[in-house]
Amino acid sequence: MTAEKLLTRNFDRADSHTLRAYLETGGYTAWQKAQTLEPAAITEEVKQSNLRGLGGAGFPTGTKWSFVPKNHTGPVYLVINADEGEPGTFKDRYLLERDPHALIEGMLIAARAIRSPTGFVYIRGEYVEPWRRFSAAVGEAYDAGYLGRGFDVVVHRGAGAYICGEETGLISSLEGKKGWPKLKPPFPAIKGAFGAPTIVNNVETIAHVPHIINRGAAWFASLGTKTQGGTRMYSVSGRVTRPGVYEASVAITLRRIIEDLGGGVTGNGRLKAVVPGGSSAAILRADEIDVTADVDGLRNAGTMAGSAGVIVMDETVSIPEALMVVARFYAHESCGQCTPCRESTGWIYKMVRRIVEGRGQKDDLDTILDVARRGAGTTICAFYDGAVGPYISYIEKFRAEFEALIPK
Amino acid sequence: MPKLTINGEAVEVPAGTNLIEAARKVGVEVPHYCYHPALSIAGQCRLCMVDIEKTPRPTIACNTPASDGMVVWTETDRVKETRKSIMEFHLINHPLDCPVCDQAGECWLQIYYMRYGLYDPRMRDEKVHKPKAVPLGPHVMLDAERCILCSRCVRFCDEVTGTGELGIFHRGDDSEIGLFPGKELVNKYSGNVVDICPVGALTDRDFRFAVRVWYLDSTASICPGCARGCNIEVHVNRRRPHHNEGRRVARLKPRFNADVNRWWICDDGRYGFTFVDDKTRLVAPSSREDGAVSDATWEEAIAAIVGALGRFAPAEIGVFASPKMANEDLWALRRVLEQCGIRRVAFRVPPPVPGDEDTLLIRSDKNPNSRGAELLGLDGDGAAILRAACVRQVKCLWVFGHDLLASAWDPAETDAALRALSLLIFIGTNSNTTSERAQWVLPAAAWVEREGTYTNFEGRVQRFRQAVEPLGQALPEWDILGRVLQALGAEVGAPRAERWFRELTSGVPAFGGMSYQAIGDTGAVLNAPSAGQPRSEPASRTPLR
Repeated sequence: MTAEKLLTRNFDRADSHTLRAYLETGGYTAWQKAQTLEPAAITEEVKQSNLRGLGGAGFPTGTKWSFVPKNHTGPVYLVINADEGEPGTFKDRYLLERDPHALIEGMLIAARAIRSPTGFVYIRGEYVEPWRRFSAAVGEAYDAGYLGRGFDVVVHRGAGAYICGEETGLISSLEGKKGWPKLKPPFPAIKGAFGAPTIVNNVETIAHVPHIINRGAAWFASLGTKTQGGTRMYSVSGRVTRPGVYEASVAITLRRIIEDLGGGVTGNGRLKAVVPGGSSAAILRADEIDVTADVDGLRNAGTMAGSAGVIVMDETVSIPEALMVVARFYAHESCGQCTPCRESTGWIYKMVRRIVEGRGQKDDLDTILDVARRGAGTTICAFYDGAVGPYISYIEKFRAEFEALIPK
Repeated sequence: MPKLTINGEAVEVPAGTNLIEAARKVGVEVPHYCYHPALSIAGQCRLCMVDIEKTPRPTIACNTPASDGMVVWTETDRVKETRKSIMEFHLINHPLDCPVCDQAGECWLQIYYMRYGLYDPRMRDEKVHKPKAVPLGPHVMLDAERCILCSRCVRFCDEVTGTGELGIFHRGDDSEIGLFPGKELVNKYSGNVVDICPVGALTDRDFRFAVRVWYLDSTASICPGCARGCNIEVHVNRRRPHHNEGRRVARLKPRFNADVNRWWICDDGRYGFTFVDDKTRLVAPSSREDGAVSDATWEEAIAAIVGALGRFAPAEIGVFASPKMANEDLWALRRVLEQCGIRRVAFRVPPPVPGDEDTLLIRSDKNPNSRGAELLGLDGDGAAILRAACVRQVKCLWVFGHDLLASAWDPAETDAALRALSLLIFIGTNSNTTSERAQWVLPAAAWVEREGTYTNFEGRVQRFRQAVEPLGQALPEWDILGRVLQALGAEVGAPRAERWFRELTSGVPAFGGMSYQAIGDTGAVLNAPSAGQPRSEPASRTPLR
């Protein structure tokens, strides 16, 4: 199932980020074709392709596009989420650095579909080289006349907050405000950036669009599972022989990602646990990895495909310590807007840290589980639910390991 | 208009009404912190969860508009559990310093914990520490640890005053309210953030550690600070006289009136009550002879005034009525003037600096009852009266409250006029440079020490009520003037403000048909002028006979 490479096909070329290299490998032909298609036809093609959002939520992309009100007058915005902040995820930076024109071409097509005159690319502040490379590509695209003729691209750099990867937090930040997620409804497709209908898509999602237009929805859908088409880029990290970014069909199993792509487990060689979709995904035990790594396959396994950041832990890894690191991250990154998230991410971190430091008390674990369950689903955005995934799964699946740290 | 049911009760509300307001209509309170009807929806506190049939989990009521056929339950087990959890989250990092917190007793953390919390505390880790006792401006103190980050104060400064001094800084449980660099909370409405703060995070600097709120008594009143007539509550400390450094009035709070001030009052009004318990208060009638001041009885004072009214010809008497006097006082004064045939009367004394004004509440006329004084026919040329005094056409001047020497008029000319007088009578609450020149000084009760009505600039007649006893021997002006009338041989009824008002309503058509009862707590609008009459001249105005 090592499918044909789409997104990473040019990554081996040293000049893969240049317009010349992109054109030599068939670049911007999809855009030529798309210009002959009606916007609705583009959206329909993307719907049929089963392309799903690859930033984390896995929402069907074509369906999202179709939410823009048909009779809207005034601007519609396309916003690209390049804030890639999910721990364990580093695929979008490769795309921005090594194939920036794929994103630009995808944006041109997506913008035509939703009738958007302006696209914003919100790049994570720490991503300096990706920003340079992408900005240079935007310059090339303007010079070559792809941009500036009915569609403009604005590159915006973030300032280093995880929450600005949440689509409405990103919009707030883009608008110049504190990166606080917005109340829904209204949803961004109705009232988003600067009050206009806005579609927010991940870099990788949009980079797929030219392939779908060039080779057809049926072909793309056939690459994946029944409910999700195509390939995606798995960021494999942790205790594996060859950590890195690997493109594979979404129908690949977690086991094959770890063993074939990542080259197997290092450390003591025995797998203990895997986080399959970035730090917000629930953890899986070693005996739970024979599942397909698509959106629905992992959802059925009780976790999520998320951003496809596969974090591998061998038996030498302390799960309580891993949870402490994750809990510290969520406490640090909670935007502070909603009370349950603001207060309990800090509280849970303190409790986990206390347990790791050998000062835990008997009822701490149950308190953590209860607090996490009570807070889940009570907030404006999905951040807290993302934090609850690890809080609950790490403790439930490795409870004995936590209990061993608590003084009798 | 969507029709929905809330806790089984059907209700119809205007489109766009959210579920908190819809529930209010059927008498159901949905607990909340961040929601405020005057501000945008923030949806941050997460307390206002309700169950809506066919939705998978509790939903915040503040951001959910009522829709047709909606079935809402506010007290399901699931909602109650959620509230309890949210209360726990609100309180884990709260310092629980209620014993030293000014908000205790009127704190929504206390109230909602008792109603919806009542869990056993589970927090055993060190709480987050944040800045305490941070002055944000001249009036407001911040304790960031007590703050629940509801953002009401931030939204108030962004949306109501448009001044934008406040923001929420940092992230997660380090988040705190603060001032933007270089800013200070000095807008003219800054005190309102203390009112809308549901907890003890923002407190009034002038009220800190003064009185526990449960010792305060509240009286409905009207702010006397300008022509708007904002509705207020007067909070007085009667039960612990040794608290609040002996001052009886502890604070003023806005009282909601949709037609006047909504939820707000300005800082000048809010903090402008200190004259009531000030050292300059006049507490007994007194007379001055050859520089020596001696206290007198009211009988002596009234006799002196009546004597003067008889001794001087009506044309030799000038009267400065005050637009700070109530309608009742002004009516009593008008009767005295009519009884004696005095025509030289005025009530406007131009302030040394013109009053500030804005589009929210503040009016440039810093008097609560100029409209009433106009309607009662007391408008006249004050400068002309002083000029007449200079040339000894006016020999007796009767001043209510004004400090003529601290006005826009030339102090030297005013001084000359006062010097030329044979007799200066002053009636007011506090002494000033004019009262110091008077031969007779009579103490008037302050507005919180009596009742009455003011007519605001829009013609709304509003009642203020008595919150405390008059200081010393001070009396309401209507009472003083009633005694004068009586001594002049006129018919005077029972010494009650309401009786004077009743008399006024039959004497001045604009007030016709009004009563204290009809005015109630929200005021009543003057009768409209009948058609065909010029707008510049209030139609209902009755000239002095």
